[in-house]
Amino acid sequence: MTTPKSMKYESERDHDFSEWITGVVGSERIRNCIQCGICSSTCPVSHYMDYTPRRLINMARQGFKDEVLRSKTIWLCTSCYSCTTECPKLIKVTDVMYALKRKAIQERVYPRRFAIPILGKEFYKMVRAKGRITESRLMMIFMLKTNLLRIFTMSKMGLRLIRTGRMDYKPESVKRIKELQAVMDASSDRKGVSTS
Amino acid sequence: MKYSYYPGCSLKGTGKAYEESVLAIFETMGVEANEIDDWNCCGATAYMGVDESMAFGLAGRNLALAEREGATDVVVPCNACYLSLNKANKYIEEYPQVKEKTDKALAAGGLKYGGSLKVRHPLDVFVNDIGLSRIKDAVKTPLKDLKVAPYYGCQIVRPYAAFDSQRNPTSMDQLLDVLGADVVDYPLKTRCCSGSQTGSLPEVGLRLVYILLKEAKRRGADVIVTICPLCQFNLESYQDEVSKRYKEDLAIPILYFTQVMGLALGLSAQKVGLTRNLVHVFPTLDKREVGHV
Ligand code: SF4
Ligand code: SF4
Repeated sequence: MTTPKSMKYESERDHDFSEWITGVVGSERIRNCIQCGICSSTCPVSHYMDYTPRRLINMARQGFKDEVLRSKTIWLCTSCYSCTTECPKLIKVTDVMYALKRKAIQERVYPRRFAIPILGKEFYKMVRAKGRITESRLMMIFMLKTNLLRIFTMSKMGLRLIRTGRMDYKPESVKRIKELQAVMDASSDRKGVSTS
Repeated sequence: MKYSYYPGCSLKGTGKAYEESVLAIFETMGVEANEIDDWNCCGATAYMGVDESMAFGLAGRNLALAEREGATDVVVPCNACYLSLNKANKYIEEYPQVKEKTDKALAAGGLKYGGSLKVRHPLDVFVNDIGLSRIKDAVKTPLKDLKVAPYYGCQIVRPYAAFDSQRNPTSMDQLLDVLGADVVDYPLKTRCCSGSQTGSLPEVGLRLVYILLKEAKRRGADVIVTICPLCQFNLESYQDEVSKRYKEDLAIPILYFTQVMGLALGLSAQKVGLTRNLVHVFPTLDKREVGHV
C-alpha cells in the first residue's frame, strides 16, 4: 500500500511562478491576502470550482503552479468582479484570474471542456478580419467547435431571433481595418504564441 | 457637454432593441450623441483572459477616436463594453506600463489618446446629467401598477464606476419610480447572469439564470428590467430551457430600462423595439392598463 503525499515539499514549489504573478498588473497586492474568504463567499460560481478563489489566491502566491494553471476555477470565473469589489485588502482577484487564464493558454494546459480559449481564438480572428463581432456567426462557430449537441436547442432560439430581426446577416465591419490591425499587432503580448 | 456614442457589437445584433430605445430616448430628451466614426469591438471581457494588452489596445482605439472627435464623455450602453472601455481608461491612468504599451500600439495605427475622456453609461447620464425631475416632467403615460424588478447585472457598478453604490445601486430604482412603476425590492440586482457560460457550460450558466428569474417571480415582479444586452439575452432567450430543466414556469418579460422609459415617455412600442422581444410584454401591459401605442 502506498500513502500519497498530499502536501508539497518546499522544494516542489515554483518560486519563479509566485514572483511572476506578483509582478502582473492587477495582481500586485496578492501577498496581502489575509485568507478571509470573502471573495469565495461572494463568488456566484464558487460551488462549482475545484479551488475556491481564496484557496486559489493562496496557492498562486505560494507557487503551486501546476495545480493553479490546471484548475477548473479559472475557467469558471465569469469576470463578475464581485470578489474584487468586496476584498478588504483591495486585491484585484478578477485580474488574478485573468492572468492565470492567459498563462494557462500560453502553456497549453487548459482543460478541453472549458471553451474560453477557443472562444478567444475565434474572437481574435473575427476582430482582426472585420474589427467587429457578428454575434450570430461567432456563436455558431463556437458551438460547432465545442458542443455540437447544444446546436439543437440553440437553433430553435436562433429561429426566434431571426423572426424578431435580431440576427445580423451582413457582417459588421470597420472601414479602416489596416489601422486597427496595426494597433492589434503592435499591442499583442502573444508574439510567438500562435493566435491563428 | 459633448457626448460620443459607442454602440458595441451587441447593439447592432441581438441587442438591436436596446439601440433603438436608447437612441429614441436621446432624441426625446434632447441628448446629442454622435456615434464614434469607425469604432471597433471593445475587446469584450473575454479577451482580457487571452491577451490583455491587446484588449487595452482595442479599447484604446475607441477612446482615441472619440477624443479626436472632440467628445468629453463616451456613452456606452452595454455593461461589458462599458467595463472594457472604463477599465482601459482607468488602467491607462493608473499603470504607467499599461499607458506606455497602449500609446505605442495606438501610434502604430497613427492614433493617440490623451486620457481626457469619461466613460459613462446611459443610466448615469439620465439620472445624473438630465436629472430625475426633468424626466418626471416628461412622463406622459406613467407605468401605473407595473411591478418591475430592477436588474443591474454585475459589471455596471463594479468595480470602476463611481456613479452609484457598488453593492446596492439605486439609480435605476429611482428612475423607474419617477416613471410611475411599482419597483420591487430585488436583492439580486447585481448578481451575475453568468455571461457567456450559458453557452459554454449550461449546467452552471442556466443555474444562475434560474436563480435570477425565480427570485423576481417570487417577489411578484411583472417584468425584469435590464441595462445590458447580455443580461437581457441570457434572462430572456434561455427561459424555455431553464423552465424545462427546473420544471417550473419561469416565463417573464425582460425589457431594457430604456424600453420601459420610452413607454412612459409616450413613445410607441415600435419605436422602442418592443416587437423584438421574445417574451412579449403586451399581455402584461394590457392587464396592468399601462398605456402603449
Ligand atoms: S477577499 Fe481578499 S483578503 Fe480575503 S481571501 Fe479573498 S483575496 Fe484574500
Ligand atoms: S470575478 Fe470570478 S472569482 Fe471573482 S466573484 Fe466573480 S466569478 Fe468569482
